[in-house]
Amino acid sequence: MNASTIVANRPMGRLRKSIFHDTGSRRAIVSLILFLVFWEVGSQSKAWFGVQLPWIGMVPAPTAVFSAWGPLLLDPSYWQSWWQSSYRVFFGFIAAMILGIPFGLLMAVSKNYRDTVFPVFEIFRPIPPLAWVPAAIIFWPTQEMSIAFVTFYGAFFTVVLNVIGGARSIDVRYFQSARSMGANGWDIFRRIILPGTLPSIVIGATVGMGITWEVVVAAEMISGGGNSMGGAGGGLGFFIWNSYVGGSYPQIVVGMISIGIAGYISSTIIRWIGSRATPWLRMR
Amino acid sequence: MSAAQEIQKPAGSGMQIKAAEMTISHVDKTYGEKQFATEVVKNCSFTIERGKLTVMIGPSGCGKSTLIRLLAGFEKPTSGSISIDGNKVTGPGRDRLVVFQESALFPWMSTYDNIMYGPKARGENTPEMRDRAEFLLDKVGLQRFRSKYPPQLSGGMQRRAELARAMINNPEVMILDEPFRGLDHMTKELMWKYYATLYEESHRTNFFVTTDIDEAIFLADRLLIMSNKPTQVRAVLDVDLPRPRSLSNIVDDDRANQIKMEALAILHEEAMRSFAGGSKAASDFIQAYSDRVGKSGK
Repeated sequence: MNASTIVANRPMGRLRKSIFHDTGSRRAIVSLILFLVFWEVGSQSKAWFGVQLPWIGMVPAPTAVFSAWGPLLLDPSYWQSWWQSSYRVFFGFIAAMILGIPFGLLMAVSKNYRDTVFPVFEIFRPIPPLAWVPAAIIFWPTQEMSIAFVTFYGAFFTVVLNVIGGARSIDVRYFQSARSMGANGWDIFRRIILPGTLPSIVIGATVGMGITWEVVVAAEMISGGGNSMGGAGGGLGFFIWNSYVGGSYPQIVVGMISIGIAGYISSTIIRWIGSRATPWLRMR
Repeated sequence: MSAAQEIQKPAGSGMQIKAAEMTISHVDKTYGEKQFATEVVKNCSFTIERGKLTVMIGPSGCGKSTLIRLLAGFEKPTSGSISIDGNKVTGPGRDRLVVFQESALFPWMSTYDNIMYGPKARGENTPEMRDRAEFLLDKVGLQRFRSKYPPQLSGGMQRRAELARAMINNPEVMILDEPFRGLDHMTKELMWKYYATLYEESHRTNFFVTTDIDEAIFLADRLLIMSNKPTQVRAVLDVDLPRPRSLSNIVDDDRANQIKMEALAILHEEAMRSFAGGSKAASDFIQAYSDRVGKSGK
């Protein structure tokens, strides 16, 4: 009937269909255009109507933002910022997953472990990642490691809490069935607890990914360019801060939108991997 | 293993059917302590006879599920003993498999993987076991749905997959806790036929718990009628109807109706007694059963 139905039948079509869903994508385009028009009119209000609208009247117009963006697309240092933030997010996030999933599973299956570790975990959990920035800069030898640590810290607790919650909400009858069919502890762990926790791990990963972007940008702003400290510095957070200090306001907005796009791409990837990993939820 | 007796080997299954006998003697089960103690099961004794289909019927909330957890070994009785072919039950074991009330299929495994769970867990992923899985898939009519996940199956298919998953482990006693509850009536009748055929072909020891009198009479060799809390066996009726049974025969059969009326009379009396004791479950029960008596009386 329409193009997207044909696309859906091809390999990879399912992914494309989920992003560019037929009526959904049309609505998305309309909403983006309306948003840009509203923004343009709002920020040009002083010039066009002689009355400056509050707040939005002070924001650079989309046309100004896009004309600032154009040359940046050819500027390697802009892409350098993308790359720096992305790999910090990637490593912080991967570290949070690698440490957080076993940590959470251990807490879920072993009461002794939980009793021992939980109090300390709960003391550390409410400390905002950004409160760690000064300490991290002092503790870690390079600035890069400090930022990576803070990023990791942001996602770790969310991942752990989701793993615990997921593992502990597995129906007790699954364990009873498995045990009476002769399964041992390892088999129950591998074939019941692990897949039973997977949906919560995916949720933890999606939320955690969002947090790593929030944290990395803030950490980059605080830690600055970093050349004096021997670190790489930079990143999209620093890009925004630098644009602010340099007074180029359209570039601030370019940085903000870049982060939005980067975050959206990241969560799409996580969702895609997540739905591959939990096919039984996809088929419902 | 135990002194289980070999009964017969149905063609194609490649299974040596073993059937055991379970003895429940003077079992008490109390939850909570001292003044908070609730006696759920009290001085309960009965036998699950070898190679027979024993059906336990009793009002909802009368402690049947507690008894099942005790039989399965998930919990231990406060006093008294449960034994299988003379060996005391101390924990869960593959000689006694439980089919649960609502589907307990693992949602992350295909139908085939669910059925093969037990053999794989015990390191018995052998060609013989895989053949047995194919045989059972055919038997319960799920061959076309072998690679579907449980959420994609209908309620009736889920229960059939669950029967197959239990039977591949060749349990000496199969324990079924209201396995067809929540299915619509048509599907339920279909499930009775499937289940009765599976039983008639193998003559395993089966223990089937239900609250549905029609289901009980259609399936049972022996019918245990339970009292309300604390649970005890109130009466044992032999359902001496010829097999294979068909639903149309059962409806017209005088003997079947006689057993049904006898059972309902006891159940009704039991419900009245607990109703006098102020049980909410009992008043629901009276409501439900007086409807039934009214229906079957016409």
